[in-house]
Amino acid sequence: MAYGTFTEVFFYLFVTLIIFGALVAVSSPILMKAVMGLAMAMFGVAGLYLYLNSPFLALMQILIYVGAVCIMIVFGIMVGYTPKELAAYAVGPKNTVLALIASLLTIGVLQFGILKTVWVQASGAGAGDYSLAHLGETLMVRYGLAFELISVVLLIAIVGAVAITWNGKRGGLSK
Amino acid sequence: MPPELLRMIIAAVLVVSFVFLNAMVLGYMERKVSAHIQRRPGLMEVGPHGVLQLIIDGLKLIGKQLVVPEGSNKFLFRLAPLLSFAPCVLPFVVIPFSRKLQIVSMDVSLIFILAMTSINVVAILVAGWASNNKYSLFGTFRSVAQAVSYEIPMLLSLLSIILMTSTFSLQGIIAAQKYYWFILVQPLAFIIYFISGLAETNRAPFDLPEAESELTAGFHTEYSGMGFSFFFLAEYANMFTVCSIATILFLGGWKGIPLPLGDFTGIVWFMLKVYGLLFVMIWARWTYPRVRFDQLMSFCWKYLIPFALANLLITAVVVKLI
Repeated sequence: MAYGTFTEVFFYLFVTLIIFGALVAVSSPILMKAVMGLAMAMFGVAGLYLYLNSPFLALMQILIYVGAVCIMIVFGIMVGYTPKELAAYAVGPKNTVLALIASLLTIGVLQFGILKTVWVQASGAGAGDYSLAHLGETLMVRYGLAFELISVVLLIAIVGAVAITWNGKRGGLSK
Repeated sequence: MPPELLRMIIAAVLVVSFVFLNAMVLGYMERKVSAHIQRRPGLMEVGPHGVLQLIIDGLKLIGKQLVVPEGSNKFLFRLAPLLSFAPCVLPFVVIPFSRKLQIVSMDVSLIFILAMTSINVVAILVAGWASNNKYSLFGTFRSVAQAVSYEIPMLLSLLSIILMTSTFSLQGIIAAQKYYWFILVQPLAFIIYFISGLAETNRAPFDLPEAESELTAGFHTEYSGMGFSFFFLAEYANMFTVCSIATILFLGGWKGIPLPLGDFTGIVWFMLKVYGLLFVMIWARWTYPRVRFDQLMSFCWKYLIPFALANLLITAVVVKLI
């Protein structure tokens, strides 16, 4: 029982980390601080995976989201516009409303998906094969097409990034 | 006190003291080797052949004032050295020093080490940005670009070993090298890994993030006292980690000719191999001049990554055929 409450403490610690990090990410006017908040939230998510006894997923979360995605965002900030240039683009109430709608929609869709899915318990009696080897095989064979489509999305993102920089080279923010 | 907790505390103390000891040994080694390469005696004053010099240096650094520059982001500035140091200590928890000496045995220990070393970039970034100094910021730009680029060939070269052994467990990879070391079948992967490792740890000839002659000290220009020491410790701990991965994956880990030392045979062989590789790292630093930034990038994207991909492809085909 004591062991259970001990791990509970960690659960709430990670949740606090996620919420605090997310709040920093959305409320900080300094972009670098916002990225650090995001990294903190990602760490929290990795901690939750660890809490759920999935170390592989937790480490991948750190490797990809903290080590790569956050760094990429910082890259974007560094090569992007200076704070002075950004200040010229004041965020009006229209943006706030649009952002609110977009985030609420995302939450709604995710929540719908989570509530609609019938979750199978991975551990315990009658559970199927949930090992990493099985996961890898499923991803590469059974859902191979979906997996490849995701990489096409990434390719489009790269092309888009090149296109945006190309434009920036000529005219900058004012086009 | 539960035995598991006691074990954790002992392990933590051992690991942290090993990191400090490693930094002292490497610091001494670096200064002595560089001195002899440049035909001068190097450290001579404190103790026989200057062996106690690093202890004196450590005391001096502890005693120094930590100056926080005006106009810097105070919280992030103080956070960065810790952020750099803490993840560099963690890989030592899963490194198998011998058949028995491994603090935690994980199935995914290789990924654990890679994940922890990837956090170091975040620390450099925070340090450079929070310093409010143009040299620091330039060092950070370079460091981040370099780390992100060189991580790709590094992972690709490690992946070819993973394909051969189909395990992420370090003990499992050592066990797979029963008859021969993997450097014999994967020499290209070893070379690519070692070069990327040099770049990942910001070592010369890829030490552009600190480039003394151009950027004062790069991302840690503004740090003094223990702030600087933590970056220093982290760099040497990272070097040790990179070399121990190279030892485990390519040089058979703790395996070697049996010595009359009982259980210590494995540790002796492991340390000999790791410090041999570290010697090569130091040797390279004092032999080659620093590369230019465009050379650094084109070398990674035009040579290392294609070669690593080709190596991976060939390995995959061979593994599939056998």
